[in-house]
Amino acid sequence: MTTITKKPENPIAHLTEADIEAIGAELDAIRQEVIDSRGAEDAAYIRGMVDLQRKLELGSRAVLLFSALPPAWVVGTVGLSVAKILENMEIGHNVMHGQWDWMRDPKIHSTTWEWDNASTADGWKHSHNQVHHTYTNIVGKDNDLGYGIMRVDEEQRWVPMFLAQPLWNFINACFFEYGIAAYDLELGRNLRIPKEKRPESFTRSLKATLGKIRKQATKDYVVHPLLALPFGSALPTLAANFTANLVRNLWSHSVIMCGHFPEGVETFELAAIPEKETRGQWYVRQMLGSANISGSKLMHVMTGNLSHQIEHHLFPDLPSNRYAEVAPKVRAVFDKYGLNYHEAPLPQQVGSAWHRVVRLSFPNGWLATTNAKNLPSQLKLLYTLATADRKTRKVVQLRLERRAKELAAA
Amino acid sequence: MSSTSLPAAGLRRSASPAGGLGARLRAVADAAVSPLTLDDLLDHFHPLRREPGDGGLRGRVVEVRPETPESATILIKPGKGWRGHVPGQYVRLGVDVDGIRLWRTYSLTHGPRADRNISITVKAIPGGAVSEHLVRRLAPGALVHLAQAEGEFVLPDPLPEKLLLVTAGSGITPVIGMLRNLFLRAEPARADIVLVSVNQSETTAIFRDELRGHAERGHITLVERYDDRDGVLDVATLDTLVPDLAERLAYACGPAGLLDALEQHHADRGLALTTERFRPVVLATSEGGSVAFEQTGTDLELDGSTTILDAAEAAGVLMPSGCRMGICMGCVLPLKEGAVRDLRTGELTVAVPGETDKGGVPIQTCINAAAGTCRIDH
Repeated sequence: MTTITKKPENPIAHLTEADIEAIGAELDAIRQEVIDSRGAEDAAYIRGMVDLQRKLELGSRAVLLFSALPPAWVVGTVGLSVAKILENMEIGHNVMHGQWDWMRDPKIHSTTWEWDNASTADGWKHSHNQVHHTYTNIVGKDNDLGYGIMRVDEEQRWVPMFLAQPLWNFINACFFEYGIAAYDLELGRNLRIPKEKRPESFTRSLKATLGKIRKQATKDYVVHPLLALPFGSALPTLAANFTANLVRNLWSHSVIMCGHFPEGVETFELAAIPEKETRGQWYVRQMLGSANISGSKLMHVMTGNLSHQIEHHLFPDLPSNRYAEVAPKVRAVFDKYGLNYHEAPLPQQVGSAWHRVVRLSFPNGWLATTNAKNLPSQLKLLYTLATADRKTRKVVQLRLERRAKELAAA
Repeated sequence: MSSTSLPAAGLRRSASPAGGLGARLRAVADAAVSPLTLDDLLDHFHPLRREPGDGGLRGRVVEVRPETPESATILIKPGKGWRGHVPGQYVRLGVDVDGIRLWRTYSLTHGPRADRNISITVKAIPGGAVSEHLVRRLAPGALVHLAQAEGEFVLPDPLPEKLLLVTAGSGITPVIGMLRNLFLRAEPARADIVLVSVNQSETTAIFRDELRGHAERGHITLVERYDDRDGVLDVATLDTLVPDLAERLAYACGPAGLLDALEQHHADRGLALTTERFRPVVLATSEGGSVAFEQTGTDLELDGSTTILDAAEAAGVLMPSGCRMGICMGCVLPLKEGAVRDLRTGELTVAVPGETDKGGVPIQTCINAAAGTCRIDH
């Protein structure tokens, strides 16, 4: 993908300034409708969800005390995985967005919530709510577009290191909670600064994060295995907790990749964003920069309603249980103004996102020009590219792109 | 058994060996449910337990009994942590109305009861979110949030020989608690009590029949006054209603107009009077200003007549709150810099960094409005 302003066909070229502001007004009206009708039923929903999640976790951990028995291990691990996913996605993420602050319940509030995750609530709220939701899909600004270690856009210069990015991405998926913690800390950037020059805020956050990780690890890998020890289930419990964390990490990574990575979701150039972006312009950027997952009610809950990523990005602080009813209205606005409402089932979106990761790990045009027959020569070309100096690389790269274009035209 | 307790900060130390073990077990339990605490989980199973943690004291509604078309008595079984009360005191009650947690104060309308339940009697104020909810929609079984009883509006012990009680409208609620406590016990109190009970009309008079019962049994001398029948009470005529007024220790509860007049009346004669107000008197407003909440990172532009508490809550800031009338100190936050104006008195409170206390000047957010640019540590 190319940032929207460098594309031959800009998907919003047909919109006038007045159109964009009209979109803003229509979306504001949809938002207001929900705010005006928030009430006891919504409160009952989140309280019920918290109640269900805590009882499920407690029950699963009780079953795991007997996890030396394989059926108990399976039941407990599945239950704990689901509980952790619900806690992070439908509850934690959304509570920390302030979706439930209107209830004025100090127990379910963005300023008091702490989640079952390696990253601290404070760190996550900054990097996610302030940075990602404000600078959504702006290359170089929104770190969600690759967590600083990936090539997520054609315009990013290709270097051989990126060949390994599918592997990085997989490792990041497995240990996603630590990836998020590192990303909240801006670990890479801060570690490059000499120790004595690092900002005090970083040292403080690092300490808080390490404390959080220690508590999380103590719970899952020390306390619960010890509790299961008298029942001969210490090691199975440890394995179950590790598995549940792994499942939660893989799942949340997949859902988040689906939100902004599938092919066709737009990215933006910082330079092309107006100094004072209007509400309408901000809305349009959110509309084009997000993708939905279609599926059942269960799917929506398990993704924390991030399956309604478009609606979530338009209205990040509306209660998640209302995204489903808002979706058709939002879609109608997309249709009315001729915009592409990006929605597909989970496997398709995950596949598409991974396809993009793999495609961009190669030089531009390489994957498109490769087939089974020319694979040996293409591999040779790739080797040349990887080992060539910068100037040669540029020449070969240009030739490759031209060939891809010819191929696409044919 | 060892009597040392865990060195971990924040744990309640206990002198007894069993307490030390309890604290250790709790530390393990908290570590097992991190980042939650054991209390967070217990809330889902036993909200009325003795030590509810920071979830706070709660109570379960046992009965909602209509008193008049506009009022109802709500019987509540408080959590085991309820420390009791003296009749005349009030309780802060938090209830979720349309999903939003709202807090109000209500007088307790019983003395301590054998069943340990507490009761409040609420009059539905048209448009009053909480009172309407409590009178018309609250059902038995519902959980409410409670704070411990507070208030200075209590009878002296021992009782003086002669008492005068003046109430108007729902001002009867602390007084009925006193009377029930005095006369429902095995050995009823002996005292010469005159109750002047003012109401708009006979049908809206809460506890009318119960008060008449007390009068019939000779517990009290009841003077009933109805605005629609007798006209609005002029305190200057109180002497004719209660000839030995000067000999009586006086207590009054009701709307501000009546209390102001009574206070003036008694002060002029050098007589003591204890009053209980349900609503603050708003005196002064100013220009307003901006208020920055340092920790939550919220900046608000406030006018000079809205309390900081109301405005901050409306903007989604999680604020501590209590009686909302400047009494309980449940809403106090440190003002680091700026000026606020007390809406009851017009008094300015000013915080100047470097001059006033480093931790800020504590202000009651429920009765103060912004009077300039303010920074609040919250």
